[in-house]
Amino acid sequence: MSRLRLYLPADAAAIAVGADRVAAALRAAGAARGIAIDLVRTGTRGMVWLEPLLEAESAEGRIGFGPMRPADAEGVLAAILDGGTHAKALGPVVQIPFLREQTRLVFARCGITNPLSPEDYAAHGGWKGLARAKSLGAAATVEEIVASGLRGRGGAGFPTGIKWRTAAAAVGSPKYIVCNADEGDSGTFADRMVMEGDPFLLIEGMTIAGFAVGASQGYIYIRSEYPHAVAAMREAIRIAAREGALDGFALEVRVGAGAYVCGEETSLLDSLEGKRGMVRAKPPLPAIQGLWGKPTVINNVISLASVPWIMAEGAGAYRGFGLGRSRGTMPVQLAGNVRHGGLYECAFGVTLGELVQRVGGGTASGRPVRAVQVGGPLGAYFPPALFDTPFDYEAFAARDGLIGHGGVVVFDDTVDMARQARFAMEFCGLESCGKCTPCRIGSVRGVEVIDRLLAGVRPEAQRELLADLCHTMKYGSLCALGGFTPYPVMSALTHFPEDFVPRAGARMAAE
Amino acid sequence: MPEYERWSEARTNAIIAEHAGEPGATLPILHALQEVFGHVPVEAEPLVAAALNLSRAEVHGIVTFYHDFRRHAPGRHVLRLCRAEACQAAGGEALATEVRRRHGIDWHATTPDGALTLEPVFCLGLCACAPAAMLDGEVLGRLDEATLDEALECVA
Ligand SMILES: Cc1cc2nc3c(=O)[nH]c(=O)nc-3n(C[C@H](O)[C@H](O)[C@H](O)COP(=O)(O)O)c2cc1C
Repeated sequence: MSRLRLYLPADAAAIAVGADRVAAALRAAGAARGIAIDLVRTGTRGMVWLEPLLEAESAEGRIGFGPMRPADAEGVLAAILDGGTHAKALGPVVQIPFLREQTRLVFARCGITNPLSPEDYAAHGGWKGLARAKSLGAAATVEEIVASGLRGRGGAGFPTGIKWRTAAAAVGSPKYIVCNADEGDSGTFADRMVMEGDPFLLIEGMTIAGFAVGASQGYIYIRSEYPHAVAAMREAIRIAAREGALDGFALEVRVGAGAYVCGEETSLLDSLEGKRGMVRAKPPLPAIQGLWGKPTVINNVISLASVPWIMAEGAGAYRGFGLGRSRGTMPVQLAGNVRHGGLYECAFGVTLGELVQRVGGGTASGRPVRAVQVGGPLGAYFPPALFDTPFDYEAFAARDGLIGHGGVVVFDDTVDMARQARFAMEFCGLESCGKCTPCRIGSVRGVEVIDRLLAGVRPEAQRELLADLCHTMKYGSLCALGGFTPYPVMSALTHFPEDFVPRAGARMAAE
Repeated sequence: MPEYERWSEARTNAIIAEHAGEPGATLPILHALQEVFGHVPVEAEPLVAAALNLSRAEVHGIVTFYHDFRRHAPGRHVLRLCRAEACQAAGGEALATEVRRRHGIDWHATTPDGALTLEPVFCLGLCACAPAAMLDGEVLGRLDEATLDEALECVA
């Protein structure tokens, strides 16, 4: 029986749109033709609108077909085996503009390799970063990360190398590497894609971090909403340990329990310790007193997954991408009501408008874009008038926004911005750890004030009160949950004031 | 369809014993209990407390802090519908309204026949194929009324 090798993602997003059913249909169609299908389940390329995206080897490289439905299996198989065209044919995958224009450093392997094949990982450049780190030594590895200009991709943008330097110099033993894989921001899935699509990359990054700062134990705290990532990471750790790739570095996955605030680093540490996820006051910094009071590096998945490339290719090469104080690449995640939703890794500096309109293709609904929320539930809503803002930490801050973890959620002109502002307050109230008053109480009052404003109860006074409340939350909260909730609220109020007017039917709810 | 065991003290203690030696064992224990019983029964709290040398109040505080841990057994099927921004942008709220109307239940409630529990979830990382949900652990994306109905056929 002849064999045919095909590639189909097993990423959760691909599965959510039917990849497993497509896989079964392909096998059945192959059997009907007397062909054994060798179906490699990869990560996703990140072109989620084309998922399930099937790829077949050809003389011109891998040819894509998508979005596949089970009913397409027979016809697509015929097109692959007998030649000829098919309505779902996309041509060579790497020539699709969305993919071709990217700078894939972190996601270089994602969608190409079998995520759990150590042979694939090594054959595609894996473990080179760790080898170079070992040859440079621990201190030089830390300095290489400092020189690269890498800043934390979890949201705060703190220089990763500086954090490592602090932990390396801190007195205390053992030391820990904690990977923040809580990825709570709506509109983001880059961490998930790495963990499901290239888990050895994160393992290599954490092993380098452990070597650099002198830590022998690592934890990966993954949100419970990511069962596929949990399974992939656990299996990859088992394989890497078996292969002797970890060099004695012990790695363990821990699963969160649905609390958004546990993505905040100190709350995450409390959660790992088995407590409620209460935010800690800083100082002490986790790098000095973190998990169980010991020196701890806590980094986002993408920060750690950027490390192997930097170590393999050098800090200078990494610094060569980006602009100003935003160096390297950012995996931008286009989500919500967007035509070409997915992950787009590029150097910093591309404008928001290019991302939304050119790369993302505007809305999926075909209606005009009215607002985009950048940086998750704590990020600002930007109108198209601000689409010239370059993707850069400082440029967004200068416009009262943030890039956060790189999520861009697109809304069309049916969005009700007062409702989005109300949701931001409500979400803050729901997720507040309760330790500080501005966040715990301010969020509840915020919902009430917006309700009264919309009900027409002295609306001018409510607008003023809302701004005042946001000021208190911004400067009085212990962490960025209460501190940044004002971003979506105030940006909605500032850029879309026409939505904050009294409306019929709202009065009852507010009283 | 997940099958849950009836709560028993002996089974609870066995689950606790499996994890009690791990550092920071509370969450692993609570997850394991919920996986077996479908929820974290209030009767389990003093047992967890005793094993981890915590007060019962502390354990109660931990169980109730985390949205994941249920206090009551769910229905035969659990639909977790995403309510976060990316799904809102793609019509998630209208879909949720329709599900609640059709099954006659609000968030966190179970239909009278015990078939379906509806829970909100804030992000499944399926934001580029929104709106999204999870039905008995299976991920679902690009949902609309028709595709969700089809997925929920098992509930009828
Ligand atoms: C409410 C809140 C939620 C957060 N959620 C996450 C998260 O899910 N993932 C993440 O990496 N960082 C999150 N952060 C940021 C972390 O506190 C911290 O800055 C990050 O883990 C540091 O790693 P990095 O320097 O590599 O970005 C959150 C912060 C706040 C205030």
